[in-house]
Amino acid sequence: MSKMHIRTTINGDQVDFLGSPQQSLLDALRDEVGKLGTKEGCGTGDCGACSVIVDGRLVCSCLMLAAEAEGAEITTIEGIAEGDGLHPIQEKFLEHAALQCGVCTPGFIVATKALLDRNPDPDERTIRYWLAGNLCRCTGYDKIVRAVQDAAQELAHEA
Amino acid sequence: MAEAVDYRYVGTSPVRPDGVDKVTGRAQFGADQNLPNMLHGSVLRSPHAHARIKSVDVSKALAMDGVHAAVSGADFPSVQSGEVGGEGGGDVADIAKNVMARDKALYHGHAVAAVAATSVEIAERALDAIEVEYEPLPPVLDVVEAMAPDATLLDDNCFTKNLPEKPDKPSNIASVMVLARGDLDAGFEQADVVVEGEYRIPMAHQGYIEPHACTATVNEEGKATVWCCTQGHFEFRAMTSKILNWKIGDLKFIASEIGGGFGGKTVVYLEPVAVLLSKHAGRPVKMVMSREEVFRATGPTSGSVCRVKIGAQNDGKITAAKAWLAYEAGAFAGAPVMPGAMSIFAPYEIENFLVEGHDVLVNKPKVAAYRAPGAPQAMHAFEVALDDIARQIGMDPLDLRMVNAADEGTQAPYGPKFPAIGFKACIEAAKKHPNYTKPVPEGAGRGVAAGFWFNIGMQSSAEVRINEDGTVIVMEGNPDIGGSRASMGLMAAETLGVPYEQVKTYIGDTESTGFCNVTGGSRTTFATGLAVVQACEDIIAQCKSRAAATWGMDDDQVEWQDGQAVPAPGVNADVSPLSLADIAASAPKTGGPILGRASLNAQGAGASFSVNFGDLKVDPETGAVEVLSFTGIQDAGKAIHPAFVEGQMQGGAAQGLGWALNEEYIYDADGVMENAGFLDYRVPVASDLPMIDTQIVEVPNPSHPYGVRGVGETPIVAPLAVASNAVRDATGVRINDLPLSPPRILAALSND
Repeated sequence: MSKMHIRTTINGDQVDFLGSPQQSLLDALRDEVGKLGTKEGCGTGDCGACSVIVDGRLVCSCLMLAAEAEGAEITTIEGIAEGDGLHPIQEKFLEHAALQCGVCTPGFIVATKALLDRNPDPDERTIRYWLAGNLCRCTGYDKIVRAVQDAAQELAHEA
Repeated sequence: MAEAVDYRYVGTSPVRPDGVDKVTGRAQFGADQNLPNMLHGSVLRSPHAHARIKSVDVSKALAMDGVHAAVSGADFPSVQSGEVGGEGGGDVADIAKNVMARDKALYHGHAVAAVAATSVEIAERALDAIEVEYEPLPPVLDVVEAMAPDATLLDDNCFTKNLPEKPDKPSNIASVMVLARGDLDAGFEQADVVVEGEYRIPMAHQGYIEPHACTATVNEEGKATVWCCTQGHFEFRAMTSKILNWKIGDLKFIASEIGGGFGGKTVVYLEPVAVLLSKHAGRPVKMVMSREEVFRATGPTSGSVCRVKIGAQNDGKITAAKAWLAYEAGAFAGAPVMPGAMSIFAPYEIENFLVEGHDVLVNKPKVAAYRAPGAPQAMHAFEVALDDIARQIGMDPLDLRMVNAADEGTQAPYGPKFPAIGFKACIEAAKKHPNYTKPVPEGAGRGVAAGFWFNIGMQSSAEVRINEDGTVIVMEGNPDIGGSRASMGLMAAETLGVPYEQVKTYIGDTESTGFCNVTGGSRTTFATGLAVVQACEDIIAQCKSRAAATWGMDDDQVEWQDGQAVPAPGVNADVSPLSLADIAASAPKTGGPILGRASLNAQGAGASFSVNFGDLKVDPETGAVEVLSFTGIQDAGKAIHPAFVEGQMQGGAAQGLGWALNEEYIYDADGVMENAGFLDYRVPVASDLPMIDTQIVEVPNPSHPYGVRGVGETPIVAPLAVASNAVRDATGVRINDLPLSPPRILAALSND
């Protein structure tokens, strides 16, 4: 099957790639663009490991076709850190030991970024429901929720 | 018991060395390895739960454009029976037949053939072109029915092991085992109350977020390199060697970062297939499982039926205990019923007991280790029955456990006497915990239960190298599944007396570091930690010797203090201390590079005990259970990195609560799993759980220099019975079986 030319902006850079019509955005990011930080845990939109931000919306990239990303602005885990330093969300995940195996971590950090971009001061219940689409099997979520709370405070302090 | 010691680095929770890579997406997991000219492998899986395979023909698949290799059972050698490696892998002849079916498909999803093609899409189309002729057989799905003398057999050559005499007829009961002590009848006669029940728990999956994945490449000399996510690359190498009949020396295994395992990545599925496909194709082959394949074809833990009878006096003293356990092994022998039987009474001093265990074949996937394999099922039954004893005699459940608690010197039901253990300390801590002393919230119920795991030692190696500037490289061979690099770094820093930031820990591949058994059995921080400490002691001995030579002293006139060589007390010498950096800088003049090493087979892992309690609320309209609070209290011996110890306790609690409340393998009558995805096999999500409170108890393990006990597995054990006991407390209705899903709770409430 012939491939399609797709032009996107990924983490601020214009990125052109050839994708097949049935290819998911997740597979395109990993296999065509080399953004391997976005992980596949299920391929059915249940685990959130493939979370990316597309035009300001948090999406499971396994549920979106690559072709639908034409003209879109995409943020992946590789685009969260700023300059030569970590983003406060990343810092807080490390400080709070909010990862064990780390495979769900890119998805959680992207989902947290999307949350704090729209709600800088979420309460615990809001955090838990917002992140309910991201599965973590290692931590029991306690340290993740604390890291998000602390990151929100840190960002509010910086603002 | 060792004295409490103030440490500088041990007992702190710094950022892990692999942390930045894991929050930025740089860390390479199993599916992240790509090679030039690489093919994609896919597996054809049995559509039947039980069938004879009459023929497999891959020729049409092989003839397709883009398909470069196709294999089936006939392409694999027959494998001699024998054990490989550590935790629960089972017999390698069975693992070989699990990796690729030969004459029979034994579960829905059993691998029957595999192809390698230039794309995933072509590989999957090629699977459709493979012709398999099956003779379907009735599936055996219920563990108790499977044990009946007239049951359909999975294996005509399975004769029950461990009976006094070899039986004359084959059976689905692969083996039986018995542990007994004292006089059971006399014990029950002394009892004032007797509780008896049967408790059923279905299969559950480890649910690691990263599916199994590997990339293999075989070169023209017949040497293979395999990248994969594994809990033990040395054991994967050994299994692959046996399954393919290749020399170990021709196989190099490189462990990627691992996206969770919980025991489920201690055994091979894809790796031998990928190596064989790569050998046939002459190109690298990558294989990645889908989530559905993970559920259908990789290690769940055993579904179980446990019957328990406990007799106790009105003062709480248990006078007799009896248990009958039947665990589903899945398609091949190897259910963790032995550790289940060994753990069921382990927290208690019981004079009269009998436990019988049965390892039973059924047409479901071959079980793999899952966090404290075998203990949660059996201990759920016992801890629930114990809760009923407490109710009948009107005793606080913690007091009841204290009356019977095992302590230093107690002879464990499985044989040895316990050295110093922390069970009583955990009960005492629970009794005083503010979450326990506060009243149960209105409308909720409180459940209490104990947990236990043996922990294991086994073989480990470590090397420590000192760079020219005195910074330290630790090299070991245990995949880091929850922060163990940080723990190794902390123990090295403490032992050498250098800052943690100067130590880097690496996981070597099978050719760059010495043999290590799996990351499993809660052994890594204990056993590999011991090797790291000993390798650091080797460094210290060498540094003292070099300092002595520099100062013109004997070796025994030098001591190591705070990371420096100093003259021993009473040695009169006008010399400045030599730091590790000083000694490293002058190494060319004192004998060359500084390299320390240790290898060992660690003994004395130190049993781990816990007490958990939680407040749960049941919605009588929907049957949904809400966890209002949960508290885990556990003896860690010594927490090297307390935040990661808490993380183990919290994560284990979440897995145990998921198993207790929602998770289960649901089968239709044909033996097809009906919920092979995360939408329908529902693991806990963030909104299902509260914060999980933890308290680390530290009763040092006398067999480790810092007192470490493994902490990873015990946390999953107690939450099952905590949930059952809390639901009983909340509703007044005892539900013996798990999971306590809304339909089961509604049915129980409406029957009441």
